[in-house]
This record gives sequence, structure tokens and C-alpha cells, in this order.
Amino acid sequence: MTASRIKLAATREDRHVARMAALALGLAVLEAAIPSPLPGVKPGLANIVVLIVLARYGWRTAAWVSLLRVVAGSLLMGNFLAPGFFLSVSGALCSLLVLGMCRHLPARAFGPVTHSILAAFAHTAGQLLVVYFWLIPHTGIGYLVPVFAAAALLFGTVNGLIAARFLNSGAQAGLPVAANPVRSA
Amino acid sequence: MPASLVKPGDWITLLGGAVLVTWLGLTFWHGGAADKALIRSGGKVFREVSLSRDAVISVPGPLGVSKIAIHNLQARVASDPSPRQLCVRQGWLKQAGEIAICLPNQVSVELVGSRRTYDSLTY
Repeated sequence: MTASRIKLAATREDRHVARMAALALGLAVLEAAIPSPLPGVKPGLANIVVLIVLARYGWRTAAWVSLLRVVAGSLLMGNFLAPGFFLSVSGALCSLLVLGMCRHLPARAFGPVTHSILAAFAHTAGQLLVVYFWLIPHTGIGYLVPVFAAAALLFGTVNGLIAARFLNSGAQAGLPVAANPVRSA
Repeated sequence: MPASLVKPGDWITLLGGAVLVTWLGLTFWHGGAADKALIRSGGKVFREVSLSRDAVISVPGPLGVSKIAIHNLQARVASDPSPRQLCVRQGWLKQAGEIAICLPNQVSVELVGSRRTYDSLTY
């Protein structure tokens, strides 16, 4: 009997993306342990990794890291394809979309803090849209909108500052860096 | 903290975010700003009046005439023939969803905004 063997050739970039996603995943799991007064109000620490990846390796890599983090995270937390999973996906997609647009902002004036805040707002908006149009189609959701927005502003700023600090220090400390950085346009 | 962490544009984004949050708060929490008063008599809508113009409206009921006053985007029952005067003592109604009911005279005035809000009566 011959065992059939599927071999996937993982490129250096693949491994790099996987490492980053694993790092983001670690932060996501860590954060899941933090109690939250309101479901959905979370610091979103994993997005720090996404921000750094975005600044260093471009949007494509950041999208990979973000979406891998969401899928793998849902597998770890056991909510794959559950409502929470779709909330994460819609949030991640919206924030990636906005991050994609952020790249066209002049880099001299706008840094990771801007990216982080805008992405946080987009993330929250994406989630709320899914909540409203799919899970809880009730205008009562509106009462929570300012709370979520304020949380997005606060955590967006904090995450952006952390990411900016990482990027500024320039040191490769903590983050594995690809030997051959992939520059996606 | 080195200043370079926050670039000039970031401050603009922060400010914009703060404005957005404030605006959302005002819209969603005080969004119950009323723009019309719905006056009912005997269960039927008697008149629907805009709050933007001050007015005193006389509403006939089984016991007599109730007077509804509209002033400064607020409304109240100014006088009513009901024995206990509950709806009069309720005072000015300011937010959408607020309602004063003069049961004996079967007159009520309710403030409505662009968005229907929920309270124990309409829920």
C-alpha cells in the first residue's frame, strides 16, 4: 500500500505570514481571557501585529495575517462558522478595506495611529452592520453604537501607539522579520 | 514618549474620531429629539402639530376642554378638567416617546421624533 502524500511547498513568504499570524493569534487568545463588560468591546491586540505587518510588508501580507488570524482564532475558540466568527470576518474585512485606502494617505502626516483608529472604526462598523442586518434587527442596537465607537477610538489609539512604538524602535525585537522582505505594491 | 509616535495627521484623525463619537452619542442617545406632538382624543388622533411653532390647542373630551400648550420645542397639558390633574402635573414633555395622558378626559399628547423610540408603552 502506498501512502498518498500531498506535499505543499511553503515558500519563505508563507512561513513568514504564518509566523505573523501565529503571533496575532497568541494576542487574540490572550485577550479572550480579559473579561469585557460588553460583548464586542475588546482591545483588539492582534491588530497591532496587522498594523506592523501593513507598515513593513504591505497590504497583501497584512490581509493574509488578519484573515488567517480570524479563521485560526475561531478554530481555537471553537466558534468557527458561529455568529461570532462572521462578526470577526466582517470586522476584519472592513478594516482591511479601510487600511487599503489608508495607504494612499501621505505617509509623512499620517502614521500607524491614524491607520489604527480608522481600522478600528471600520471594524466596529462592519460588526455592527452584521449584527443589525442579521443577528438583531432592532433599532435598540443604536443605543450601543456610541459605546462601541468610543471603544474603537480608545483601543484604536492605544494599539496605534503600540504599533508606532514598535515600528519606530526599528529593532527587530519581538517580531520575526523575513530574511527577504516581501514588498507588495 | 517621542513625539514622532504621533504624526500631525494623527492628531487630526484623533480629533475627527472624537467628533464622530460625540456626534454618534448625541444622535443615538439624545436622538429622541421630538419634532411633533401627537394629540389624541377618545383614542383617535385629534391633531398632529409641529413643535417648532408655539401654540395652545384646545382639545374637546367628554369632561370638557383640555388645553395643550406647545412652547420652545416642548409640550404640556396646560389645563384639563380631570379631577386629579395628573397629566397637567406631569409638566413639560421634551423627548420623543414621552406622553401625558389625561384618562378621564380621554386626551393624550405624545411627542414623536423622526425615529420611533421605545418605552414601556410602545415596546
